[in-house]
Amino acid sequence: MLAYLFRRLFAAAVMLVVIIMVVFGIFFLVPKWAGVDIASSFVGKQADPAAVEAVRQKLGLSDPIYSQVWEFFKGIFAGRTYAGGGDVTHCAAPCFGYSFRSEQAIWPVLTDRFPVTLALALGAAVLWLVLGMAAGVLSALKRGSFWDRGAMVVALAGVSLPVYFTGMASLAVFAFGLDWLDARYVPLTDSFTGWFGGLILPWITLAFLYAAMYARITRATMLEILGEDYIRTARAKGLREQTVIGKHAMRSTMTPILTMLGMDLGALIGGAILTETTFNLPGLGQAVLNAIKNQDLPVILGVTLITSLAVLIANLVVDVLYAVIDPRVRLA
Amino acid sequence: MTTQRTSGRRKRAAAAAAVVAALLTTAACGGGDSDDGGSKNGAAGFDAANNKVAQASLAKKGGTLKFGGAQDADSWDTTRGYYGFMWNFSRYYSRQLVTNKTEAGAAGAGVTPDLATSTAEVSEDGKTYTYKLRDGITWEDGKPITSQDVKYGIERVWAQDVLSGGPTYLKEVLDPKDEYPGPYKDKSKDKLGLKAIETPDEKTIVFKLPKANSDFEEMLALTSASPVRQDKDTKSKYGLHPFSSGPYKFESYTPGKDLTLVRNTEWKQASDPVRKAYPDKITVEFFSDANQLDQRLLNGDIDLDINQTGMSPQGRTTALKQHKANLDNPVSGYIRYAVFPQSVKPFDKLECRKAVILGADHVSLQTARGGPVAGGDIGTNMLPPSVPGAEGQQYDPYKLAGDNKKGNVEEAKAALKACGQPNGFKTTIAVRNNKPVEVATAQSLQASLKKVGITAEIDQYDGSQTAGIIGSPENVKKKNYGIIIMGWGPDFPSVQGYGLPLWSSDYILESGNNNYALIKDKEIDGLFDEYVDTLDDAGKAKIATEINHKVMEGAYYLPFVFEKFVNWRSSRLANVYTTDGYSGMYDFVNLGLKSAK
Amino acid sequence: MTDLSKSGAAVGEPTGTSPAPTAFLEVRDLKVHFPTDDGLVKSVDGLTFQLEKGKTLGIVGESGSGKSVTSLGIMGLHTAGQYGKRKAQISGEIWLDGTELLSADPEEVRKLRGRQMAMIFQDPLSALHPYYTIGQQIVEAYRIHHPVDKKTARRRAVEMLDRVGIPQPDKRVDSYPHEFSGGMRQRAMIAMSLVNNPELLIADEPTTALDVTVQAQILDLIRDLQKEFGSAVIVITHDLGVVAELADDLLVMYGGRCIERGPAEKVFYEPRHPYTWGLLGSMPRLDRDQQERLIPVKGSPPSLINIPSGCAFNPRCPYADVPKDNVTRTVRPELTEIGSKHWAACHMTQEQRERIWTEEIAPKL
Repeated sequence: MLAYLFRRLFAAAVMLVVIIMVVFGIFFLVPKWAGVDIASSFVGKQADPAAVEAVRQKLGLSDPIYSQVWEFFKGIFAGRTYAGGGDVTHCAAPCFGYSFRSEQAIWPVLTDRFPVTLALALGAAVLWLVLGMAAGVLSALKRGSFWDRGAMVVALAGVSLPVYFTGMASLAVFAFGLDWLDARYVPLTDSFTGWFGGLILPWITLAFLYAAMYARITRATMLEILGEDYIRTARAKGLREQTVIGKHAMRSTMTPILTMLGMDLGALIGGAILTETTFNLPGLGQAVLNAIKNQDLPVILGVTLITSLAVLIANLVVDVLYAVIDPRVRLA
Repeated sequence: MTTQRTSGRRKRAAAAAAVVAALLTTAACGGGDSDDGGSKNGAAGFDAANNKVAQASLAKKGGTLKFGGAQDADSWDTTRGYYGFMWNFSRYYSRQLVTNKTEAGAAGAGVTPDLATSTAEVSEDGKTYTYKLRDGITWEDGKPITSQDVKYGIERVWAQDVLSGGPTYLKEVLDPKDEYPGPYKDKSKDKLGLKAIETPDEKTIVFKLPKANSDFEEMLALTSASPVRQDKDTKSKYGLHPFSSGPYKFESYTPGKDLTLVRNTEWKQASDPVRKAYPDKITVEFFSDANQLDQRLLNGDIDLDINQTGMSPQGRTTALKQHKANLDNPVSGYIRYAVFPQSVKPFDKLECRKAVILGADHVSLQTARGGPVAGGDIGTNMLPPSVPGAEGQQYDPYKLAGDNKKGNVEEAKAALKACGQPNGFKTTIAVRNNKPVEVATAQSLQASLKKVGITAEIDQYDGSQTAGIIGSPENVKKKNYGIIIMGWGPDFPSVQGYGLPLWSSDYILESGNNNYALIKDKEIDGLFDEYVDTLDDAGKAKIATEINHKVMEGAYYLPFVFEKFVNWRSSRLANVYTTDGYSGMYDFVNLGLKSAK
Repeated sequence: MTDLSKSGAAVGEPTGTSPAPTAFLEVRDLKVHFPTDDGLVKSVDGLTFQLEKGKTLGIVGESGSGKSVTSLGIMGLHTAGQYGKRKAQISGEIWLDGTELLSADPEEVRKLRGRQMAMIFQDPLSALHPYYTIGQQIVEAYRIHHPVDKKTARRRAVEMLDRVGIPQPDKRVDSYPHEFSGGMRQRAMIAMSLVNNPELLIADEPTTALDVTVQAQILDLIRDLQKEFGSAVIVITHDLGVVAELADDLLVMYGGRCIERGPAEKVFYEPRHPYTWGLLGSMPRLDRDQQERLIPVKGSPPSLINIPSGCAFNPRCPYADVPKDNVTRTVRPELTEIGSKHWAACHMTQEQRERIWTEEIAPKL
């Protein structure tokens, strides 16, 4: 088990380095090939050559790519000082870059916004796991019934309707129409009810989409598992049906769901852009969208890295849980 | 069996979609107030604040004025901001020697004293401007604002390497040879080494121009001429918390999220002839989705759009149907157009350019822009109606709003023959990929040019890289961009504030170029030189008209529309009016609320 | 049958008011039918047999002959947990130690499962839960029927593993199924089945998944355990060799019915049904010359939806034309007693069968 954990950790570390390389490649090399001058896009309507040059210096755009990567790495652990023109800007460790568009270090932006995205993703995940698995198990146990068909139709709708549609619809109905909720994000530190009220619609919207998928997966997996020999064995032992389903069948059903959960959580932390945009949640997705609009490369870079890290961690956690659930994995 | 089931599912899905759509519509109706009648809930009525003051008497002191926006300012630093709405909004926390009049419509474009006791005392030769500062003007910590603070604030414009982004007119006019290194590299002790500005005492400031410029006082009315106190200058980070000289100060600001201003208790009404300072608090909330913002406006959660760029199509449609009394339809000051770089063949030939202008279907271009209400009137020349000297649709040399408004294929073909391309030619239309409306106009243009025999390909480039892509003449030539779709609005309402970067040969740059047509016309350059020397308004207007005519005669531009917006004003607002000083936006600084709650 | 399909009852009413039997296990006219889209699958279509405690019954037949369906029927596993599927239609009577199982409360039957009747499955790898240790699975089986704490149950599990011949049982008790060899897994499976001292043990193809040497060990184990616990055992197999030495009685199934049954030595040495002859012919025998090829039963098992009219075996029977008037294809032969406790269902006369067996079949075996 320990060896397994170490292997996974090592693989994750290697992956992280690769991601950083690729991200840097995309952000700094591709514009260069395309012949686009990033520096000039940082300067306003009347582009002053001195301004362009200063931005180039500050961003280190004329340095070779490896030294840019190295400076970035160093910054994470030791902090970093940007000098250009007559100005010196210090970015304290952990420095994930500095945005010269909005004049702020990236790390505080990330730490400010990450909890929002995390709360959105985790809250929604809890909701969709409970709803999706419950609906899936019930559907499997009542296969072919009215309930099963109904649930699967709803699930199909959930899978096919895009988040911005269900999101806008729920906002229009619950926040603007019925006026039940303010539907505005409030930090947890300010007020729990406000926080909860601001997140409940996004949770439900996301959960609706994912619960649908999880219900379908749970149903299919459960049906497959129920046909397994060891389930028959469990019954032959004289186990109660709820033990057969709730313990023996459920544990096996968890494996594919866990795999999916890892990927979905990771993807959500990295890409809840649509949901965050629809509900105006100040999370990472919104930050990255604004950054794209404003050509704020350092923010995009920082968010990309932090979300890659989140995806990696999510997958690592899933790998470990996977091994906890399925003893055979520990050997592999 | 299978197909039947699928179609059944589709039907069910369609039915579900219809139900939700119905919910959306009813929710939108129920969400707002039923104010289509006009004043039932106090909305002033359609266009009631367009170029006139609406409900001035209803304004009460107090309350929280709530802005929303889809886009944060480029910077709240007075030196660095270049967005029109930032200039407008900055008057809450920043004062200048002179500022735009707080009056509706064209009058708002005029200049009125602010920190200064009167407008400038100008010397005979137009090269010396002297101001006296008012009594009782203070910073947010209670210290008086001095002439040195004003000078230092203006000097910051020279520090382009640190404080990039803002307009640099003052630098070009006061120091055309670029001798002053800026306050951060200033060797003098007090960092006030700029020779062109003198501060004989704390109350007096004298500007000495090497060469006269008749728009100089307009330039001093720009936000970039705001005072900044040296000990409060945080350089590149100043925009995160500018030190206030106005009636409000920054309470909190998170870029891209929110901004809150509260009353600056040190500001005295008596010292400020311009600002009424009605609300107690001003909040701005930023949305990443324009539709969300519109929904909030319709719902009454937010009073107005800080960006003032008009509602998006969906919200606009609902608003026009159900809340027309909350809307104004001002001219934005922007002209939307296509421009022809002369470096790209055959646009080096006048007649070939004319062929495109004549062949285009101007009604369909207007429709693509959003029609007469949301898009604007058909543009017939290149001077925005709000700029002195503009003639509006009166001047229509190519009959774009007249006989040729649906396009004149015959004349266009004749022009093609005259420029040696009787069978037409091939070219490329460059358009920003992040502006759907511009892409639509490009497609409309493409379609009408086809009838003339001109085959145009559309190249959608990365809209955020404008400066590096179409701002580089070399790249434009390489990519064969014969037609570039763009838009432009005046920095300040004069031909100089609008057209100088577009039409002067001095402004052709290697990168960040805005003279896309690469106009090198001695006559136009000469007219601009003449303009800056002309001090009387009538003379200035005459030259502006002339420059406009030259540009149109050169056929460098195909104007689409004199742009109009549909802007929302909540029923809570009082003393609302649009001003030409800020290109048809509401004048933020004197907005009031009808109730202090 | 009509009343059954109308009601769709999962559990058939006992037919008639026949008296409770004296045998430990008695199956009377058991029918297990599965409704499907293609028609009614008559997996078991009127099966009757008895089994005494301490005795072993071998049920032999090809796959699809209904032998596994029979065993699951006895265990009550056709009705438990068959979610959403079309319910199996079961009729007849199954008496276990004086209780009729088909009409009993399912909860009562559940309590009997694992305690009074237990089952060993064909493939121990798929029949054991891969995510739980052997010990956990045995403990669970024990504790569901015995209110003891985990420690006691674990001691019992180790004891059982030791009894079935697993070395270092106190260590192996914490192993997962995938860490065991095939033979060990089957031993563990047997340990789990016997943990509650069941009086009826059903072994469904207990050795099929194992290699030959292990097969013998497992069969020895089952025999030893039976002697020790005195249970009634049903061994289900397609391989006559497996039951040759184990079974007291044999029951040969074909097309969901019994076509021959009787004491093992009778069925082995004086088989009176052509299908049994075929089975014997296809049996590998160590005491015979390997040069002689096995003689498999030609053709394939019958469709259980459209069971051939007359004798179900007639399409594959080399002697189908021996009886006159095409009777094999029109009339279903009844199971008739042809000797002491020896029953067979065939249209040929006793003499014909005896002659064919002694002259044509036996010499070739």
